[in-house]
Amino acid sequence: MSFDDAYDALTDHDDDTRWAYGTGFADPLAGVPTAVPDGVDPADLVAYSLMLGDDALVMSHRLQQWVTRAPELEDEMAIANIGLDLLGQARLLLSRAGEVEGAGRGEDALAYLRDPAGFRNVRLAELAAEDFAHLVAHLLVFATWRLALLDRLSASRDPVLAAIGAKGVKEVTYHREYAAGWVVRLGDGTEVSHARMRAAAEAIEPLAGELFAPHEIELRLAAAGVAVDPATLRPEFDDVLTQVHQLATLPPPPARDAVTTSGASGRDGIHGPELAEILAEMQELARAIPGGAW
Amino acid sequence: MNGEQVFEDTLAKDQRVEPRDWMPDGYRKTMIRQIAQHAHSEIIGMQPEGAWITRAPTLRRKAILLAKVQDEAGHGLYLYSAAETLGADRGDLTRRLIEGRQKYSSIFNYPTLTFADVGVIGWLVDGAAICNQVPLCRSSFGPYARAMIRICKEESFHQRQGYELLMTMMSGTAAQRAMVQDATDRWWWPSLMMFGPPDAESPNSAQSMAWKIKRHSNDELRQRFVDMSVPQAEALGVTLPDPALRWNADRGHHDFGEIDWAEFKKVIAGSGPMNQERLAHRRRADEDGAWVREAAAAHAAKRSGAQR
Repeated sequence: MSFDDAYDALTDHDDDTRWAYGTGFADPLAGVPTAVPDGVDPADLVAYSLMLGDDALVMSHRLQQWVTRAPELEDEMAIANIGLDLLGQARLLLSRAGEVEGAGRGEDALAYLRDPAGFRNVRLAELAAEDFAHLVAHLLVFATWRLALLDRLSASRDPVLAAIGAKGVKEVTYHREYAAGWVVRLGDGTEVSHARMRAAAEAIEPLAGELFAPHEIELRLAAAGVAVDPATLRPEFDDVLTQVHQLATLPPPPARDAVTTSGASGRDGIHGPELAEILAEMQELARAIPGGAW
Repeated sequence: MNGEQVFEDTLAKDQRVEPRDWMPDGYRKTMIRQIAQHAHSEIIGMQPEGAWITRAPTLRRKAILLAKVQDEAGHGLYLYSAAETLGADRGDLTRRLIEGRQKYSSIFNYPTLTFADVGVIGWLVDGAAICNQVPLCRSSFGPYARAMIRICKEESFHQRQGYELLMTMMSGTAAQRAMVQDATDRWWWPSLMMFGPPDAESPNSAQSMAWKIKRHSNDELRQRFVDMSVPQAEALGVTLPDPALRWNADRGHHDFGEIDWAEFKKVIAGSGPMNQERLAHRRRADEDGAWVREAAAAHAAKRSGAQR
């Protein structure tokens, strides 16, 4: 692009490499074999990809809602960045689900045309943060759990899930670090921030139990070496939360059991009222113009 | 040579003035004001487009828009830092913004009514911003000129993405084509106003030109923008909402109609369609974040005390 004619950029299509956020992204799944591993029910793999994809998509939506509301510009950038990382993970996982399903549904059909009962995310992802303390408490729990999960997923027998796990580990390591840094600052900061941080941590705890309650699909796929049994993530999660809470001068997080409805939870499509609100916002335009080109 | 002579000599040789160099108070004040207004525009400019992130109709468009709004936060941060090299303070500049004592680009006081607005903002608003800002890459103040190089690169990327969205929408349904035309109709004239008042009524221009802060007049840049946009609109298949717009072979430029300067003045003065909302939103974010910033400062103070 010549700086003398700003419009050159519109017709200049082969210069992606120099942009900070260019279109020339390397495909993170390039060269990764896409066949379903032996002994795995494709329907299970679809459901599992949706579980992890929906977790990321819904959590990303909550972060998107914070853009332009952050306490400092640095946090504005961090929150957008984390939302973007999770959106990227969601796109890979939803695309994988659609591809294995083989019914012609791509990432957008899955994101925009499923109703709440079709979503398989954990309820924790749906929570709205009423203040910045709730946001970082939410993110700390989500990222600590997801980092432990993705780390194990990177050894999956499914090469696609393994690649998504390995890529995600780098991203979510930062998400956890960002959230932990703020939980410590707010917990240790002033009397006001300590009280807010403590209330936020207590508000998130009842939903944390669900993160470690395995769904039958997760157990079947874990036995096949493809998925992660979430119950195995608990010790690492507890260690990290205990350490962060200690630095933040907050009481240690209590052990909680999963909250369920007649034995079912987010992984079964049973959600809180928040998910319907999230999807109403997210899907409104896509559904308003059927067959639209975007 | 004394400081003043070095300053004049630097300008004469078309070199850059750096933060520690001597500079006239007026130059410093003008630079702080210009950079701060630019930074404020980036930050307020996050709002009209940010409002569509959660509703973007595909995941790819959502990612593009989220990355763009994040870039704008980055530009704001970068520019506030450039202003700080002149002795300004970010917190103080933010207060001036939310108290209405410093301006931001009046274009952001218009609402984004449909998703086509996201594309038109990229095409026309970012396009006009680039026309304004490309010459600033040669601005005499070093940190600002260098910031502009990076910002212009990212802006032209945003512009291309916006234009590509519009091209795609024009290949869609009739309702989508109507959305693109409607958005073009609403944003065309405000985009022309982005170049500022006519040269005859631009109070600060002469001094800024002499200091080489500014390189081209408002009217010159506006004409360039019109000339560039006409073929773009044709390629897109939309009509620019100006019956007086036509090629003038004698001038070698497009003639265009009279801008509604009364509306421009009203929006600048704070009576635009979204002035109150934009400032209230920014003020609320700042107020809601106050206890967070206090906590961070208290924590940092405790830690540095513990280390001593």
